[in-house]
Amino acid sequence: MSFSIKKQDGVVVVEVDGQLIVGNRQELKQKMLEELEKGGRKFLIDFAKTGYIDSSGLGVLVSLSKKIREAGGELRLANLNDDLKTLFELTKLDTLFQIAETRERALQSF
Amino acid sequence: MTLSAQARTSGASRVLELRIRNDVNEIEGVVDLVRRECEALQYGRRQLMLNVPVALTEALSNAILRGNGEDPTKSVRVHARVDALALVVEVIDEGAGFDLAACLCDPTTPDRLNGEDGRGLFLMQKLMDRVERFDGRTGNTVRLTLRRES
Repeated sequence: MSFSIKKQDGVVVVEVDGQLIVGNRQELKQKMLEELEKGGRKFLIDFAKTGYIDSSGLGVLVSLSKKIREAGGELRLANLNDDLKTLFELTKLDTLFQIAETRERALQSF
Repeated sequence: MTLSAQARTSGASRVLELRIRNDVNEIEGVVDLVRRECEALQYGRRQLMLNVPVALTEALSNAILRGNGEDPTKSVRVHARVDALALVVEVIDEGAGFDLAACLCDPTTPDRLNGEDGRGLFLMQKLMDRVERFDGRTGNTVRLTLRRES
């Protein structure tokens, strides 16, 4: 997995390229927490280039959601393909996260 | 780095036998190998993109982290048989085994939904047609079975 972080319209946008799984999810968590430490409060994770996510990856998203919320921030997810949507529906995490069809809609929702 | 790998054809089946280091970085390579065999037999797109990679990743992760206790001196073996009817994968670690039924919980209940753990076995069960755990000849074995959809 590789990921990129950029700022867009005051939002920290993270793109996940590849798999988000047990071997690399800590790296994502660390980088996002660093952005939180720097004062970022609006976060968007864009899954347009993401293959699959395992339970560890889902766990990191839950953890980040909590930490961002505790800091008074907001997190959105965008561009889940049908398989990722199924994963979130199976685990009912689609009820926990604010998920947008596109990055643009997610940015507008802040 | 995979410690050993063997692929052979047995009748109408393809059989993969692997031994990997006890390292989570080995997981993607194993998933790719198994997925490619399923793809060659024209398994369904969702099975290739979701069911196989996620369930197998969970099983391997559990074997490495829990079964083998993250011990780098241990290894995990994978035995996969793929044919036009089904994929059957066995993931074998050197651990003492566990009670599958007792470890299964529903992470979708309101009190667990915000939890960071507890979704691995649940996803294996949801994405595979059968999940079994037994003490095999050579170690703790988790067997995943997925019937082929085209």
